[in-house]
Amino acid sequence: MTVAIIDYNAGNIYSVVHALKRLGVTPVVTDDAAAIRMADKVLFPGQGEARQAMTHLHQRGLDTLIPTLTQPVLGICIGQQLLCRHSEEGDTAGLGIFDAEVRRMRPLRHEDKVPHMGWNTIEVPAAPLQAAVATAAHPAIFDSSILTEGLETYVYFVHSYAVPLCRHTVAQTTYIEPFSSAMQRDNFYATQFHPEKSGPVGQQLLANFLAL
Amino acid sequence: MLAKRIIPCLDVKDGMTVKGVNFVDLRLAGDPVELGQAYSEQGADELVYLDITASHEGRRTFTDVVSRVAAQVNIPFTVGGGIGELADVERLLGAGADKVSINSAAMRQPSLIDEIATYFGSQVCVVAIDARLDADGTWRCYTHGGRTATTRSLYEWAHEAQERGAGELLFTSMNHDGTRQGFANDALSHLSATLSIPVIASGGAGTMDHFRDAFTLGHADAALAASVFHFGDISIPALKAYLRQNGIPIRQQNDTHHDKQQHHATTDQQQ
Repeated sequence: MTVAIIDYNAGNIYSVVHALKRLGVTPVVTDDAAAIRMADKVLFPGQGEARQAMTHLHQRGLDTLIPTLTQPVLGICIGQQLLCRHSEEGDTAGLGIFDAEVRRMRPLRHEDKVPHMGWNTIEVPAAPLQAAVATAAHPAIFDSSILTEGLETYVYFVHSYAVPLCRHTVAQTTYIEPFSSAMQRDNFYATQFHPEKSGPVGQQLLANFLAL
Repeated sequence: MLAKRIIPCLDVKDGMTVKGVNFVDLRLAGDPVELGQAYSEQGADELVYLDITASHEGRRTFTDVVSRVAAQVNIPFTVGGGIGELADVERLLGAGADKVSINSAAMRQPSLIDEIATYFGSQVCVVAIDARLDADGTWRCYTHGGRTATTRSLYEWAHEAQERGAGELLFTSMNHDGTRQGFANDALSHLSATLSIPVIASGGAGTMDHFRDAFTLGHADAALAASVFHFGDISIPALKAYLRQNGIPIRQQNDTHHDKQQHHATTDQQQ
């Protein structure tokens, strides 16, 4: 199996490489369109500022490539945000896979520190929200190995912008307000948290993705 | 709800952890990578590795330790000690650290905080402050491992660090450090109330109550300790269970999921 990590100069991707190696997969880190297109799985991680990240994607022609990919793609952190229609951060147009608007997290009380950083719980979203997200062709990766109603599942977050709940939400987290901590549409999967830093739960999630 | 974090701190000298380490079933008690992994498996939320080597040779060895930790450990970790300039930060983040902690260098050259925040983002910049409550009632900052007094007060410097772009504050009370009599909850509470960045409590952990108090009285976002964990006085799973019983939001490893996987493995073997 070949796994490609999209390289677009968007922060530290070492930890994603290491996490995959711990699962027995050595990924290729590349910005080459052909290599990305041929890979069995594609990871789209990153941290940083949305407008700059989009500029880096555009310079490499990846902004037009990514939406055409047909294999499983996993966006992580800013990867999830860039897969959305638009981000408030730098008033940036996104890749439009998810019909959602990324918004700045705004503190309501003194305790609401932004960035949202640390371990928080993910939950099964309200039923109407996740209707028909997963299909036989594109199964869920947030199955009962990750998310079980009534059981707490903690994952690691670092972010200041978030995607509100929408029809693509497959896991939700509440910090100040509920937001999409994981999303799916067809072959596009995404997490706002960092599975590569989320202990055994994150490892299981990556294993589920690789097993698709 | 955002969990309060429990953070073991490991001092590394010449590639080995120092201070007594008394871990059952650990083949290489001195190996910082293996120790970090063991803490991670027990449920530590983050790790801090401090380089206490002075030599250039030791510094290279530490960088090597950082890349081995990054390869093995699947929770976030911070590195500190001997960071003097942006190039050090770049080297350590490049080796796979998630955050860096700066102390004396930030006090000597506060613009280092701005630089780290600008180049790498506030979330990687932890400013560590060692302070002592002096007889005149002032919390005074010290540098160089508590050996050098400065003219700065804790609250004033903490505020400046935040304004310059620090993402977190790691506050060690020199009055409490090593006493095992509890954390400096009054000062912690004041910091938490006046800052908008997370505050990590350090210095004074002796019993599980002390951790509870750091969260309930000190309003800390995280608590760091070394010897109580290394000597096995407090086990992380027991501590986390205790804190949860006391109503503090704490991450537990999802044992049910583990059990399920173990169960699958057993079933497979039987088949």
